[in-house]
Amino acid sequence: MAEAPDTLAVAFELNGAPVEATVEPQTPLIDMLRERFGLTGTKRSCDVQVCGACTVLLDGAPVSSCTVPAFEARGRAVLTVEGFAADDASSPLVEAFVNNAAFQCGFCTPGMLLAAKSLLDADPAPSEETIKDYMRGNVCRCTGYKKIVEAVQEAAEAGR
Amino acid sequence: MTTREFKTVGTAVRRVDADDKLSGRAQFTGDLQVPGMAFCKLVTSPLPHARITRVDASRARALSGVYAVLTSAELVNMETHYGSDKKDRPVIAIDKVRFQGEPVAAVAAIDLATAEAAVELVDVEYEELPTVTGIDEALDPSGEPVHESNVCHEYGYEWGDVDAAFRECDRVFEDTFEFPMVYHYAMEPHTCIVSYEPDRIRLWTSAQHPFLVQAEIARLFGRQLDQVQVVVPFVGGGYGSKSYTKIEPLVTALSREAGRPVRLALSVDEAMRTVRRHAARGTIRTGVMNDGTIVARECTGYVDTGGYTDNGVRVTERFGDRMPGPYSMANVRVKTRGLFTNSTPAGSYRSIGGPQAIWACESQIDVIAHALGMDPFEFRVKNLVREGEEVRRGRRPIEGDLEYALRRVADEFGWNSWRPGPTPPGVKRGIGFACGVTNSGASPTSTSLVRFHADGSATVYIGSAEMGQGSRSVMAQIAAEELRIPYGKVRVVASDTTAVPWDRSTGSSRSTTLMGLAVHDAAIDIRQQLLDLAAEHFEAFPEEIEAEDGRASFKGESVAFAALVRNMFGGSGGELMGRGYVTPKHASGKLRQDTVFWEVSIGAAEGEVDTATGEVRLLRYYSISDPGKAINPKQVEGQDEGAAMQAIGHTFFEEMLYEDGQLLNPNLVDYRVPVFTDLPHEFETVLIESGNGPGPYGAKGVGEGGIVCVAPSVANAIFNATGVRISTLPLTPERVWRALHEAGQEAG
Repeated sequence: MAEAPDTLAVAFELNGAPVEATVEPQTPLIDMLRERFGLTGTKRSCDVQVCGACTVLLDGAPVSSCTVPAFEARGRAVLTVEGFAADDASSPLVEAFVNNAAFQCGFCTPGMLLAAKSLLDADPAPSEETIKDYMRGNVCRCTGYKKIVEAVQEAAEAGR
Repeated sequence: MTTREFKTVGTAVRRVDADDKLSGRAQFTGDLQVPGMAFCKLVTSPLPHARITRVDASRARALSGVYAVLTSAELVNMETHYGSDKKDRPVIAIDKVRFQGEPVAAVAAIDLATAEAAVELVDVEYEELPTVTGIDEALDPSGEPVHESNVCHEYGYEWGDVDAAFRECDRVFEDTFEFPMVYHYAMEPHTCIVSYEPDRIRLWTSAQHPFLVQAEIARLFGRQLDQVQVVVPFVGGGYGSKSYTKIEPLVTALSREAGRPVRLALSVDEAMRTVRRHAARGTIRTGVMNDGTIVARECTGYVDTGGYTDNGVRVTERFGDRMPGPYSMANVRVKTRGLFTNSTPAGSYRSIGGPQAIWACESQIDVIAHALGMDPFEFRVKNLVREGEEVRRGRRPIEGDLEYALRRVADEFGWNSWRPGPTPPGVKRGIGFACGVTNSGASPTSTSLVRFHADGSATVYIGSAEMGQGSRSVMAQIAAEELRIPYGKVRVVASDTTAVPWDRSTGSSRSTTLMGLAVHDAAIDIRQQLLDLAAEHFEAFPEEIEAEDGRASFKGESVAFAALVRNMFGGSGGELMGRGYVTPKHASGKLRQDTVFWEVSIGAAEGEVDTATGEVRLLRYYSISDPGKAINPKQVEGQDEGAAMQAIGHTFFEEMLYEDGQLLNPNLVDYRVPVFTDLPHEFETVLIESGNGPGPYGAKGVGEGGIVCVAPSVANAIFNATGVRISTLPLTPERVWRALHEAGQEAG
């Protein structure tokens, strides 16, 4: 490489634990998660913030980690699918995805689960229209969406 | 023989990959780390059609951190071209480029940033050639052909006396329909890691057909099959885009140059320049009697296969096979041609040639029904092939009662009682129907191995790639059922050519039917061995032994299968092996006849057209799926819904747009795919189990049928609502508005 760019130190909370990393200013969050922390559950697909495969929660809100700079995590809490799955509280949503066949190839699933979690955290009883509107930033090319809507509805029921 | 109730077959078991896929642990090719692996970036052609006059990679090779640059000059001591039917695709462009985005050089470097920097240092000079864009230009003999000519493949068949039938019938209709180029968008773009080593080649790749990749790599690089290992981790969506061999030869050649493992992960932009669905034009002439009897159909058509053949031969044929439709006709003539153009090579995509063919077939059926003053549903029923009739002469007769299936969908949809109801001003509602049968291209060749362990558990070995369809769960269900052990005691090992026995491919809706039979037979092989052991144990005949829940019993006494195995080996360990071979001779040759099975597709749509904006909303869509026997009903529905949703994409908005050979929308912002809000209010799969498939328990393939009837049923609904026929997809608001506008002008 020609000239080494400046680097930034980023201290943040990752899946509930404090961590630190040194990143380049242009490093996207997804690269830091996958390459520095080995959290490969976060998937790269469209690279233009359309598909949602790279969704992680930043302070509880879904973001596309392909376009968010890693340094924006500084001082904030990042939740990836690995952290989500390790939390027992996630099991109603996970089980609802299993029961309703709401995943097939599984490539969109980490982002889909996190988007659904953030929806249910904000609105524990979403209508079908709310689910569709909230989740429209997450593409699934396998299921046709119906079974994911049903899974989110079932998880909402279970949470009540 | 008493009938035994299924324990796991027919139930929506917990998928064997659920825990991996819902925790982020599931590994796709791009998640793997191979020690010492270099990163690849491609130098691709900015021009759609050009002679390469110079490639100079010396500056790139001199860059620190670059291990190797592959150009056509390095394709020595190996075969240079590959392809499934025609080996016309060079491993990397040689002398000429045939589409924009074709790889001309490939860099392997210590990291991606270095590879990207090196790409900029590869100097390529071109001599531009006139571009062939689309079917019309491909047919123009005056241009510069893409290959020796622009004709990739010609296909045709005929029966009856077509010309006489057209002379003698009451009315003749002729219509032409256009289907766009579309892109699969498997969310995991093609990814491949190759380690080229002196005594072996190892590949980890997002491929649907691991054994076809193995054979292609062995042939290209002069290796024995046992020296080529292809491992397919979880695949992030296939739909045909990862069929046959794609980027693997290039990465293998680059790894050979670099002397170390190399990884190439395509972007969506690059994946859109790797494979797509064939655009098509179908013209159908249909001769009918005034009572609604179809007497003759002549179907001619073209498919645009892009810069290389890929699967163009089979798609040309399947387009022709599928265009006449599921109707009983005494006279048929079909001629189709596959054409080369300067665009992304077109390959398999869910139901190859099917959506294109049935778009034309079923749109025209409605045109005719309307002209004859008949209900389009009743017109179809009147002409349907009957159970046991040959859909295509000389091929397997149709299994199953199509009329029953059509009536089931019509009943559940409420076809006969439907009324448009009140709508806002300028909004019109209509309903449309479509049906089709598609001949599966499934080759009846699979093998499986099952190991039955000394603790009563089992491992099933299959070549099928798991790309979402749930084959591992279905195979575990079949094995558990036939081994008479719980589903939870079966593990599945898949798609590693050094570990699992040979399978042809994962596609054409074939795995449940054909790999399912192999697993079924392998499990029965073991069960028979267990019965023999139990007979010895009880001093009885094998036929007298009952086997269930992991135990063999005789006259009120029982013994665990596990104990039988341990006893056989005289101690604590041991295991049994069972094998299943599926060949054309299987079951007295019943798989030999083409096609292995017919996949049924039926669609009923209710749509709403805003005549002011041209916007069409799909309010309700009903589809049918007949898996013969639903081994996992939820997965069957999931296949059908997923297929129908992909069709909603090509029906309403998906289209790769080319201008002078340049792809205008190579990203997901400009190429829109369906999202949650495109889901109709009612989106139903009518599941029927006719029990007549050639697979285990009467199962047959599903997963493709759902994609073929959406577009024609929606266009038929628009016609029903507005009286305007649209014969080109996708049905964008602009296209619909223009069609309404032109019709209005003509009327007014």
